[in-house]
Amino acid sequence: MLFVTCPNCGSRPFEEFRYGSVFPVTPEIITDDDRRNVDYAWMQDNIEGPTLERWFHESGCRRWFTAKRDTRTDEWLDI
Amino acid sequence: MNEFVETLLDLPWQSETEPNPTYDVVIIGGGGHGLATAYYLATRHGITNVCVLDASYIGSGNSGRNTTIIRSNYGIPESVAFYQESLSMYESLEEETGCWIMHKTKGQLWMAHSTGTARTEQTRVLMNNACGAPSEYLSPAQIKEIVPQIDLTGGGRYPVQGSSYLHGGATARHDRVVWAYAQGALRAGAHIFQNTAVTGLVKDGARVTGVTTSKGTISAGVVLSAVGGHVSTVSKWADVRLPIRTHTLQAFVTNAYAQEFAPIVSSNDLVFYISQTARGQMLMGAEYDRQASYQRGTNFTYLQSVSAKAVTLFPFMAKLRILRTWAGICDVSTDFSPIMGYTNTSGFLLSTGWGTWGFKAIPAAGSQLAKLIADDKTPELIAPFALSRFEREVAMADPSSAGTK
Repeated sequence: MLFVTCPNCGSRPFEEFRYGSVFPVTPEIITDDDRRNVDYAWMQDNIEGPTLERWFHESGCRRWFTAKRDTRTDEWLDI
Repeated sequence: MNEFVETLLDLPWQSETEPNPTYDVVIIGGGGHGLATAYYLATRHGITNVCVLDASYIGSGNSGRNTTIIRSNYGIPESVAFYQESLSMYESLEEETGCWIMHKTKGQLWMAHSTGTARTEQTRVLMNNACGAPSEYLSPAQIKEIVPQIDLTGGGRYPVQGSSYLHGGATARHDRVVWAYAQGALRAGAHIFQNTAVTGLVKDGARVTGVTTSKGTISAGVVLSAVGGHVSTVSKWADVRLPIRTHTLQAFVTNAYAQEFAPIVSSNDLVFYISQTARGQMLMGAEYDRQASYQRGTNFTYLQSVSAKAVTLFPFMAKLRILRTWAGICDVSTDFSPIMGYTNTSGFLLSTGWGTWGFKAIPAAGSQLAKLIADDKTPELIAPFALSRFEREVAMADPSSAGTK
């Protein structure tokens, strides 16, 4: 995690980046509208493994990008 | 080796033997919370057909990685009542278990460096006093008397405007708390299996009826997940959706400081907390890492930023050296309050959402969950912390009292 390859700026120190969020996915199995709302508002997939995330290059190009990161190892898989 | 560890060695550890095929209660996770629940089930409710399973050694997770702070100065009445019960139980834990846990009441200061935060801390004092956690608001001069090492100008950037002071704030040796509960639980007849990883849950229809482990399948009346870090994985087996994200929280100690540093000091403006261990080392922590992660890594950026905060308030810290760093993975709930009790999957209970605030809650959570399992009825003290609160759209939101955000 010491360096992150920004799609615009190339390899930059990790400290320049800000974590945005994961992609919230409400499981299809939940069909009730109220329960889907609760799930959207509160629940987390909290995936242990490769996860799609949004990151922001705060101290660089100041653009958002999507990255795939393994939460078990903090390894960047795909940016 | 000290006397306590020697007495532990004489206990009837089950690590060498096979688990029974059936237990009334199977607890996943041999940390403070899991072992305390087993202890109170066996000693207070006569339920001794209990086993605790841990993938590694007991206390190897967050119970052995926290900054050992015990306090009850939270921001919502239900939390203050719950943590105050825990704080009181810690005070008598040595007497109850007969084990020295190095409990020491130190008082906790929560610094305010801005007018806004000063108001927050004054409100905290009023609210905590009303809910049974004796506190007072201190002026900078009073703070200087308690902790003479402080630079009240905060390096010029963070002037100390005042502080809330929780009289009962304390620390205890975390390993010893785990061992005290393990020893008590074993003596009362509970089983503890170390190096026994749970690999899945056994289900009969929608009901959880047991666990599969690296030592075979175990049937259970109820299964309690007292897992730290990997709770989302365990809950997925039970089809329970959780409002939890796992984050890394780092901490570190310096070499020994030869003078006494009496209280626990926290600052919400700086996001930083510090206390002195029994060995004299200065023990520090700050915010958890922003990105979700199951990785227990530490990094220099964190050490650098926390060290800067430490020196801002305590210039003497500049002469100390960092001795040891570590990290744990914390189940941070989306409303920053714990989740205890039943789930919608029958036979499956949770003690989770302990985020960065779990150590202080061990005795209260363990005793209340034991009561819940024994009486099959949720005790009033933990009823507000049920997972079902999210379905009712009632959040126990208290991020500012975590001290790690």
